[in-house]
Amino acid sequence: MALITFTNKGIYCKQGDFYIDPWKPLNLAVTTHGHADHVKWGNNAYLCHTLTKPVLDQRLGEGLKIETLPYDKEISINGVKISFFPAGHVIGSSQVRLEYKGEVCVISGDYKTENDGISTPFEPVKCHTFVSESTFGLPIYKWQPQETVFERIKDWISGNHDNNKTSVLIAYSLGKAQRLINGLAGYSDIYVHNSIANLNERFIAAGVNLPETHRITADIKKETLQRGIVIVPPALAEGRWIKNLNHAATGICSGWMQVRAGRRWRSADAGFAMSDHADWPGLLSAIKATEAEKVYVTHGYTATFSKYLNEIGIASEEVKTQYGNDEEDEKLEEVA
Amino acid sequence: MRRFTELIQQLEMSNKTNDKIAALAEYFTEADDLDKPYVIAMFTGKRPKRPVNTALVKQWAIELSGIPEWLFAESYHNVGDLSETIALVLPPPAHVTNRKLHEWINDLVSLNSNDEAYKKAFILDAWDSLNTQERFIFNKLISGNFRIGVSNKMLVNALAKQSGTESNKIMHSIMGKWQPSEISYIDLIAGAHVNTDNSWPYPFCLAYALEAEPSSLGAVSDWQAEWKWDGIRGQIVKRNGELFIWSRGEELVTEQFPELHFLLDELEDGTVLDGEILSVKDGNVQAFSILQQRLNRKTINKSQLNDAPIGFYTYDLLEHQGHDLREDTLAVRRELLEKVIAALATKNVVALSPVVDFKNWDQLAEIRQDARNINSEGIMLKKLDSLYHSGRKRGDWWKWKINPYTVDTVMIYAQKGSGRRASFFTDYTFAVRDGDKLITVAKAYSGLTDKEIKEVNSFVVKNAVEKFGPVRTVKPELVFEIAFEGIAESKRHKAGLALRFPRIARWRKDKKADEINTLDDLRQLLNTTLLYGQP
Repeated sequence: MALITFTNKGIYCKQGDFYIDPWKPLNLAVTTHGHADHVKWGNNAYLCHTLTKPVLDQRLGEGLKIETLPYDKEISINGVKISFFPAGHVIGSSQVRLEYKGEVCVISGDYKTENDGISTPFEPVKCHTFVSESTFGLPIYKWQPQETVFERIKDWISGNHDNNKTSVLIAYSLGKAQRLINGLAGYSDIYVHNSIANLNERFIAAGVNLPETHRITADIKKETLQRGIVIVPPALAEGRWIKNLNHAATGICSGWMQVRAGRRWRSADAGFAMSDHADWPGLLSAIKATEAEKVYVTHGYTATFSKYLNEIGIASEEVKTQYGNDEEDEKLEEVA
Repeated sequence: MRRFTELIQQLEMSNKTNDKIAALAEYFTEADDLDKPYVIAMFTGKRPKRPVNTALVKQWAIELSGIPEWLFAESYHNVGDLSETIALVLPPPAHVTNRKLHEWINDLVSLNSNDEAYKKAFILDAWDSLNTQERFIFNKLISGNFRIGVSNKMLVNALAKQSGTESNKIMHSIMGKWQPSEISYIDLIAGAHVNTDNSWPYPFCLAYALEAEPSSLGAVSDWQAEWKWDGIRGQIVKRNGELFIWSRGEELVTEQFPELHFLLDELEDGTVLDGEILSVKDGNVQAFSILQQRLNRKTINKSQLNDAPIGFYTYDLLEHQGHDLREDTLAVRRELLEKVIAALATKNVVALSPVVDFKNWDQLAEIRQDARNINSEGIMLKKLDSLYHSGRKRGDWWKWKINPYTVDTVMIYAQKGSGRRASFFTDYTFAVRDGDKLITVAKAYSGLTDKEIKEVNSFVVKNAVEKFGPVRTVKPELVFEIAFEGIAESKRHKAGLALRFPRIARWRKDKKADEINTLDDLRQLLNTTLLYGQP
């Protein structure tokens, strides 16, 4: 019998009687990473990578029953061996490898194949069944190397400094923010919004080597921010707060910025196609490297991507999950 | 090419006119001199003949990227632009090039005379030497379809700013006949080519919509009121024994309207008339839907000449005996215009657009209510001492339109938009009730706020019943009031009629789908409009 089934509560392993990234509260949630669509409050217990725990502590509150596991260890639940492999998506993000009587299944959560310099780089894992995302599962999504994008961001910041504009980068608190901080460290002072600063403190306490940033407080002068780099989460992107800065120029860092329509839809001054999800070649290379006999596609351009996999001889099926929300909704509410 | 690509990116990134003008002015300071006339030509819609069929270009892109055709189509639906889709799916370039924009354009033009294999080799090689952004520009150059949100006025303002030349003169010179390969930027801006050109039209003076009460305009005696006619704004130019008819879209349409050719014999040289091309039968202006039968046809048959005879209602006189009158006041120009029209031997084809007499604003408001009965869209208000401006200038000319027609409909299909809106369901199809069925009457994609679009978008996502490629059939629940300017019979539409300029007036959250209008309501309206203007 199959190692995993897709239920209306999440991805279920019957042999082990636990769920991976369930969206309804259950007994045990094996958690790939800390983004809100992959982990919900209310499970009796969580099993996650060591560096995902600080995220859960901060986002779900203290006092939860959270067990952690580093990348190179394995535990067993009801005879099912569980281990974590780096997914390269954000700090602590993991692919979950399940093994039962020689049958191997890997649930990748969200992943990217490029080394972002701050998350442990993605590692392909051979398996019989692979569960993949397809957030950017169209051939129009091909990322430029991160160095090239960072050069563009730096040029933009320097242009803003010349024109007395405040550079405001819009980035997810978990993931993109740390990646930007790491990539822009030393170029200019970095000022971050509370939600990012809080998470960073947790990471630093857990031993992550994050460059220095400043928490934005009421005492910091606008002129100071203007000379530095400001990083805020998408929730603040169109609010008053940014309007109050000295001549704010906003830059969105997201894979959706690859397409002109995506850039123009959001009224930002600049768009940088930098994503924590695998691009089209990344998805294909990752999937091929698993040598999986069957690939389930959970979110993103699921129908298109799995149709294509079948055409190139990789048996695939799209499954309905609540990850990534709907492809359309996600673009509206969040910046991936 | 690189500098031009950068310009396009700057233009796309900003929503502010001033930023765009600054970016354009900077470009015209820094760019290669030979490139500049090409860019002006491109932005003013002077496009060379398409060197390669779009379907072929698409085919080559699919071949080169190694993806199946359906996947290309799927990508296209998500990008909303063919040139961009191609630029994104191609494999990364193998080499780089420093070719200039004008070199690319000239090469593309000369491609026309080559065979398909040569064209293919050229384009594949170009793709292999350009980065994604440059490829996008290159593909746009092939298609000749460069819509980038730069209006003529904006371009002219930027050129004026950059060159220190008066904007009227620049508008004049860039609207004329010139070839980017034959004129230098300096000569173009200076208008070196313009004087020799008999066909030369003037930039139209345009009106703003009047949103305030007309009483805010002050004394009635300062104003001239005319009907606002619903046809094609046109300019008739007679110089040196030649006659030219220009449409508002800056197209020469002389051949389309033989009824007006008598003017070649009857107008003095050095005359330019501004007016409206209309269908006029037995002295009555006919509905726009009737004029439409005469537009953009290569040949005109007898029944079309008979059913939709053309007339020209003159508004203004821009040139008289070779003198530019635009610096004279409307009162002076109108007086001369009346003389010019009175002197025509052929009567009733070219006529004065009548001045509407009124004693006070309330009376004019009442008169305006009758506009529909004579197939007019409302009232034009022009200040008697106004000069003839190039383009729009606030304060002197106002259009005071009557309210549009409206109909309550229900949304039945939604499709993703294009361009800025490619990620959302923004293009909707609306239906009215026909017995117990729903029947499509309009498609519209404007009129909602971004917030409402988001709301409708999530409704579509949650309530999609069926998928047909990019189109979703949705539960008929959301009621929208559709505004439109006219209604015409149509054999192509299932409803048997078509609405003109339909757009969303309001989202009627207060109404349910069973409260919408019926097809019979619209048929009745159609019959009434066809009766107008009948003797």
